Amino acid sequence: MTLFYFFAIIAIVASLLVIAQRNPMYSVLLLIASFGALSGLYILLDAPFVAVTQIIVYAGAIMVLFLFVVMLLNAPHEDTGLDTRVHPMLRPGAMRLGAVLAVGLIAELVWALTSGSGSGSFPSGPVISVATIGRRLFTDYAFPFEVTSVLILVAMVGAVVMARHDGVAGGKR
Amino acid sequence: MTPLLIAQIALTLLVFIALLSSAAGMVYFERKVAALLQQRVGPYLVGPQGLLQPVADVIKLMFKEELRPRAADPLLFVLAPIISATAAFAAFAVVPFGAETTLFGLLDTPLRLQVADVNVAILVIFAIASMSVYGIVLAGWSSNSKYSLLGGLRSSAQMISYELSYGMSLASVLLLANSLSLTDIVNGQAGTWFGFIPRWFLFLQPVGFLIYMTAGVAETNRAPFDFPEAEQELVAGYHTEYSSMSFAMFFLAEYVNMVTVSAVATDLFLGGWHGPLLPESLGWIWFLLKVGAILFFYVWMRWTLPRYRYDQLMAFGWKVLLPVSVLNLIVTAAGVLAFGL
Repeated sequence: MTLFYFFAIIAIVASLLVIAQRNPMYSVLLLIASFGALSGLYILLDAPFVAVTQIIVYAGAIMVLFLFVVMLLNAPHEDTGLDTRVHPMLRPGAMRLGAVLAVGLIAELVWALTSGSGSGSFPSGPVISVATIGRRLFTDYAFPFEVTSVLILVAMVGAVVMARHDGVAGGKR
Repeated sequence: MTPLLIAQIALTLLVFIALLSSAAGMVYFERKVAALLQQRVGPYLVGPQGLLQPVADVIKLMFKEELRPRAADPLLFVLAPIISATAAFAAFAVVPFGAETTLFGLLDTPLRLQVADVNVAILVIFAIASMSVYGIVLAGWSSNSKYSLLGGLRSSAQMISYELSYGMSLASVLLLANSLSLTDIVNGQAGTWFGFIPRWFLFLQPVGFLIYMTAGVAETNRAPFDFPEAEQELVAGYHTEYSSMSFAMFFLAEYVNMVTVSAVATDLFLGGWHGPLLPESLGWIWFLLKVGAILFFYVWMRWTLPRYRYDQLMAFGWKVLLPVSVLNLIVTAAGVLAFGL
């Protein structure tokens, strides 16, 4: 249990600090620390494969790309423009919506934490070995798996379209 | 404390010290081999045959002034070499380097010659390799110097590009071994075919071995892929602003990474500690010999091949190495399915 609280506290504090930072470089690093703590939690749940995959995919691959972009843009400080402390509801446009969403999220979290009747048990035993994970993924969960891959493909195509400026909306370069 | 626990702690310490001294030894070895290849003598003044040269180098580095640019990010500048060195040492923890031994009957239960036996060892190595890029990238960014930044950017681009092929070559081996544990993979290579060809995965996966070695050289930033520190273009790349022991830590990390990549290659493709003549309990001698051979190959390559151009590196990684490794994986999978290897 001690280890659980150790990792949980690191994960929560690091995640909070991610959004409390002005320097995007530190935000990226704190996010990596948070992923590391999550991976520790997976190990405590007896899921070493998921733990290592978490490190490889999120901390190792995706965050390197984040870091790469932050370094390329070379933005040491975020330009918010609204540095003065204005009440969230008085800010223009989308920011007001953000405040509403934040209130909604807090309400949901409180509801989820208070109404939950302890942790539910998994319907079908622990999935530890790589073979079982693979079999599950391609039989029981084949549809969500394929849908996710299509979703990622869509996101990738979208990124390519937005990055290419020779389209209609972006104007000629 | 049980004797086994004491033996395990001693083993962990031994591995740590061995890695540290292997880095020092590699510096000497590299300079001597370079001298041999260039028909020079190499270091010969300090100690017999220049053997104490690494000691002299370390003492010199320790007494250098520790400099930090005023514009550098103070926290990350200090953290970067620590990340590099930690990642380099951590990867070796899951590498087995010998069969189980009772230390000539001293222990009741046999001791495994491996710091930590993890059942997803291959993935752990891959994960730590992917984390080691942070040391270099952060060093490049936090130095606040254009050469360092370019070095850091290059290294992250290079490591991302070659990590994919690296992972694919690992995957083709684990298809053959049917396990993610390195101990199982090594034991899957015991014995011989027709009585004289060792059952190494090298013979089943020649393409996989080539991909692994190429990607390994790129991952460790060694020549001919040493773009992050290309002297002619970037002064010293990501560690331009580092001096004294923090520079030494990058240096250490590079050599320890080389040793780890060679040790993993030995376990994956060259049968680990299995070899003829010697009994199973002395298998680690075979292991050391094989690792030494790969390390020699590394040094040999560095002093033989010139550095590529950066666009050649990227084109090769994405347009040649990656398709070949995907093809290799598919062929391996088909082979395993058809012949049940």
